[in-house]
Amino acid sequence: MSGKLKLESSGLKFVAPAAIWTALLLAPFWMPLLGGYTALGTRVLVLGLAAMSVNFLLGFTGVLSFGHAAWFGIGAYGCGMILKFIAPSTPLGILAGTLAGGLAGAVLGALIVRRRGVYFAMVTIAFGQVFYYIAFQWSSVTGGDDGLRPFYRQPLHLGIATVDILNNAAAFYYFVLACFALAAAAMAFILRSPFGRTMLAIRENERRARFLGIPIELHIWIAFTLSCFFMAYAGSLYALVNNFADPRGLHYSQSGDFVMMAVMGGMRSFWGPLLGAIVFVVFQDYVSSVTINWQIFIGFLFVLVVLFFPRGILGAIRRRAAL
Amino acid sequence: MTKRLKFGAVDRRTIVKAGAVAGLSQIAKPFVWSARAADTIKVGMVDPFTGVYAAVAQNELIGVKYAVEQINAKGGVLGREIELLVEDSANDVGIGVQKTRKLIERDGIQFLIGDVNSGIALAIAQVSNEKKVLHIVSGGHTDGITGKDCHWNVYRVCNTTKMEANSVAELLFQKYGKKWHFITPDYAFGHTLQEAAQADLKKFGGTVTGNELTPLGTTDFSAYLIKARAANPDVLLVLPQGLDMVNCLKQVAQFGIDKQIHVAGLQQELESLEAMPPEARVGIWMFEWYWKQPGVPGVEKFVADIRSRSGGKVPTARTWFGYTSMMTYALVANQAKTLDGVQLAKALGNFELPAEVKLQPNKCYYRAGDHQLMTSAFVGEALTKPAGDPEDLFKVDTVIPGDKTSPPESETGCTLQWPA
Amino acid sequence: MTQLLLFNITNGLIIGAFYVLMAIGLSLILNLSNVINFAHGGFLVVGGYIAYTIEPYLGFWGALIASPFLTAIIGLAVEKVLISRVYGRDPLYSLLLTFGLAFILEDGTRVIWGANGKPFTIPAALAQPLSNEFFFITGYRLFMVAMVAAMIAILFALLRYTRAGIRVRAGTLDLETVSALGVNVRALRSMNFAVGIFLAGLSGVLAGGQLGLEPTMGAGLLMPSFIAIIVGGVGSLTGTLVGGLLIGVASGVTAVFFPAASEAIMYVLMAVVLLIRPRGLFGEEGMLT
Repeated sequence: MSGKLKLESSGLKFVAPAAIWTALLLAPFWMPLLGGYTALGTRVLVLGLAAMSVNFLLGFTGVLSFGHAAWFGIGAYGCGMILKFIAPSTPLGILAGTLAGGLAGAVLGALIVRRRGVYFAMVTIAFGQVFYYIAFQWSSVTGGDDGLRPFYRQPLHLGIATVDILNNAAAFYYFVLACFALAAAAMAFILRSPFGRTMLAIRENERRARFLGIPIELHIWIAFTLSCFFMAYAGSLYALVNNFADPRGLHYSQSGDFVMMAVMGGMRSFWGPLLGAIVFVVFQDYVSSVTINWQIFIGFLFVLVVLFFPRGILGAIRRRAAL
Repeated sequence: MTKRLKFGAVDRRTIVKAGAVAGLSQIAKPFVWSARAADTIKVGMVDPFTGVYAAVAQNELIGVKYAVEQINAKGGVLGREIELLVEDSANDVGIGVQKTRKLIERDGIQFLIGDVNSGIALAIAQVSNEKKVLHIVSGGHTDGITGKDCHWNVYRVCNTTKMEANSVAELLFQKYGKKWHFITPDYAFGHTLQEAAQADLKKFGGTVTGNELTPLGTTDFSAYLIKARAANPDVLLVLPQGLDMVNCLKQVAQFGIDKQIHVAGLQQELESLEAMPPEARVGIWMFEWYWKQPGVPGVEKFVADIRSRSGGKVPTARTWFGYTSMMTYALVANQAKTLDGVQLAKALGNFELPAEVKLQPNKCYYRAGDHQLMTSAFVGEALTKPAGDPEDLFKVDTVIPGDKTSPPESETGCTLQWPA
Repeated sequence: MTQLLLFNITNGLIIGAFYVLMAIGLSLILNLSNVINFAHGGFLVVGGYIAYTIEPYLGFWGALIASPFLTAIIGLAVEKVLISRVYGRDPLYSLLLTFGLAFILEDGTRVIWGANGKPFTIPAALAQPLSNEFFFITGYRLFMVAMVAAMIAILFALLRYTRAGIRVRAGTLDLETVSALGVNVRALRSMNFAVGIFLAGLSGVLAGGQLGLEPTMGAGLLMPSFIAIIVGGVGSLTGTLVGGLLIGVASGVTAVFFPAASEAIMYVLMAVVLLIRPRGLFGEEGMLT
C-alpha cells in the first residue's frame, strides 16, 4: 500500500523531486522564454498548493470535499483584513488567514464528519456557499461584490535586510515559493507519519480500518481540519497575489476547479495536483486569450479528463510505465 | 469489456498527441508575436466577456475594435499601428488581475481599457498604477474610481453614480411626485446610487417611504414589491442593474404595480430594455448615451458604421464607452507626441473631446481634478412600443451636460498623487 | 404586519413550488444514479431558450409542451454519450463531468443565442394579478403552482402504479438487487434521467415567463434546489417537496425583515436540520450516508 505513494524505481525517487524543485527555482528565468510571465508562475504556485490541500483529503484519505474554496476564501479575507484594518505585516496576515480558515474548517468538519460519498460532497458544497454568501452580502465588513480592498502586501523585514515583495515580481515569486516549500514539506511529513499511513488505510478500506480499532471519524476530522489549514494558508497567499480578496474565491465553482486540478494531475500522487494546476491555469490563461468562448473548452477538458484520464496525467504515465 | 478498454487506450493516445500539438503551438506562438509586433503600439482591454456582464462587455469591445480600425486607417498613433489585445476577466477579480499583469508584464501594453465590473476595475487600477500604465475605466460606475480611490493614471468615461442620480432626480420629482420608495441592489454601486438620489430628494423637500435592499442576483422580487406597495409611495425607483433589473421590472409589470405607482429608476441601458417584454419597459430613466440624436454631428455615421459591423444592432452606451476610451488615447498621444504614461495622464487633464468622438450636443471633457469624463446624461422615458426602429426603445427628453450633474471636484474625495 | 406576514408566507409557497419542480428532477437523478447533476441549471436555461425560439411558431402553449420534451431529448443524448459512462464509478467523476457540462451548456447557449437577455413573453391573460388586494398572485404564478402540483401528482402516480416507477423506487433502495432480478438498469437510468431533465426544461420555460432569460440564469437557481434536497432528506421525493416549500417560505419571510440574509437563511435552515436530524427531514437511515 505504501509503495503506491512512492515512485516505482528508487532512483526516480530522488530525481523527480529534484527536477521539480529546480524547475520551480529557475521559473522566473525560463518562463518568459515560453511566453509565460512571473505573475502566472506565482498564481500557479498558490493554486497548486490549494489543489494539493484538496488532494490531501481527496487523494490520501478518500474523502471528497466540494466546498474547499470556502476555506481558501476565508484565508484570503482573514489575511486581507489584518493588512487592511489591524497591522501592516505580511507574516501576521498569513498567520491570521490560516488560523481563521483552519478553525472554521475544524468546527464544520466536526458537524459533517459522519457523512460519506456524494452526501458529504453535497453538504460541503452547501456549507461552503454559506461562507460565500457571507462574503458576498455582508458588504459593510467584506466589501461585498466589490471585494475587500485596498490593502497591499508589505515588505518583509528579515532582520538583516528588507525585501520589497510588492513591486519586485521575482522577489514575490520566491517568497511564495518559500511559503509553498514550507507547506509541501509539512504535508509530506504528515503523510509519512503513522497518521498519514492511517489515512491511506481508511482510503483503501474503511471497514477494515474500523475493525482494526482505528477511530475513523476522529482521523477523518483531523485530516479534514489539516486540509482546511493548508487551504486557508494558500488562500492567504492568494490575497497577497491579488492585493485583493473577493467572494468569487469562495464559490463552489472555485472548489470544482481545485478538485479538477487534483484529479487532472493525478490524485494518488503527491505532486499530481501541482501538475494539474499548471496545466489547468496555463490552459485557461491561454484559451481565454484566444476566444471569448473559452468556457466550452474548459468544459470539454473536464469531460475528457473524466472519460479518458480518470487517474490524471501522472496516473496515466505510471500505468504506462508499469505495463 | 477488454475490447472497450483497448478502445479507450487508442482514444487516449490520439488525445495525447493532439494535446502535444496544441502545447507546441502554444509555446511557439509568443515568438511569432514578438517578431511581428515590434513596430506596433499595444493596447490591452480587460472586460468580463463571460458571466452576467457578458452582453455589455461585448458591446464595449465592438466600440473599441471600431475605434482601432478608425485610428489605424488614419495613420495610427505617432505613425505606428495600434494592436489590440483582448482578455476576458471572467467577472473574477483574480483572473482580471492576472490578465492585467500578463498584458503589462509580458505583452508590454502602453494603454489599458477596462473593466465593466467596478470591483475588478478598482483591482486592476491598482496594477496599472503600480506599473505606471495609462488606464481608462470604460464602464465601471462606482464613485471611488474617480473619488477616494482615484489614481493619477486612471481616467473614467462612464458616469459616476452621483452624476446619474443628479441627472434624473429633479424631473422625477416634478413629474411623478415627492414620496419615493427605493429598490436598491445591496452592494457599493447600489448604495451610492441610492444615497445620491435620496440626498437630492431631501433637497427638493420630498420624503422616502422606504428602501428595500435586495441582494445581488435576486431572482424573485415579490417580497420587496409587497412591502413597497404597502408603503404607498408616489414613485418606485428600481435601481438594480442587468438581469436583476429585468427580473424586477418583469415582475412589476405582471403585478400591475406600474398602473398604481409611477415606476422609474436612474441608470438604464439598451441591453436591458431589449431583454424585457414590452409591458416591462416603463418609466423615466437616464441613458449614458443614446443612438438617436437627430442633428448632432457624427452620430448618424457612427450608428451606420457600427450597424454594418454588428449584424444590424445599433450602438449602445457601452459601444460608445469602448469607442471613446480608445479614441481618447489616440487623440491625446498624437497631440502630446509621447507614449510616456505620466505625460499622457497630465495631458488628459481638461482634455476636450472633438465632435466626432463625443457624439453628443454638450461639451465633453476629462476633469483634471478627479479624472472623470464630464459626459451628458440622456434623460427620458422607456418606450413600451418602439418608435419606428425596433431598437428605438427610449425617448430622450433632455440632454444634461456632465458638469451640471457632477458634484464639484472638491467633493469627490479624490486627491491625486503623482509619481515623483 | 400580520397581513404582510401572511402575504409573504403565501408568496414563499409560490416561490418554493418552483424550487420543488427543479429539485424533484435533481432528486430523481441523484436517488437512482447517485449523480449530482450540476448541469441541471444549464438544462433549465436550454429549456427556456428553446421555448423562446419556438414560441413564434407554436405560441406559448405549444412551447410550454414542446420545449421540455426537446430538452429531455438533449438530456437523453447527453446521458447516453457521457453520463452513462460514469455510473458506478466514484461520485467524484460524475460531479466533475456534470460540472464541465454546466460550463458547456452555459457557454453553448451564449454562442447560439447571444449574451444579451431575450424577452420571453407570456399570454397577456396570465400576466396580470387576479385581484387588487392579492396583487402578487398573478394568473401566471397560480398557473405555475398548478403545473408543479400536476407534475408532482403525475410523477408520484407513475412511481406508485407503473412497473417502471416501481423499479425506479426499488432501484433507489437497492439497485444491485433490482439488477439481479433481470431489470435493464441502464435503460431504467436513461429514462429516469430524461424525466429529470424534462422537469428541468419545464422549470426553464416557467422561469422564463417571469425572470429574465439569460445564459447565466441557471446557476443562481441551482443552489436552492440543492438545499431543498438536503433539508428534505436524500432519497425521499416527499422530503424534497417539503424541503422546497420550506426554504421558499423561509426565504420569503426573511426578505421582509432582513433581506441581506434571504439567501443565507436557506443554509441556516439546512445547518439546523443537519444538526438535529442528520439524514434530513424525510431521509431514511442508511441512505447515502
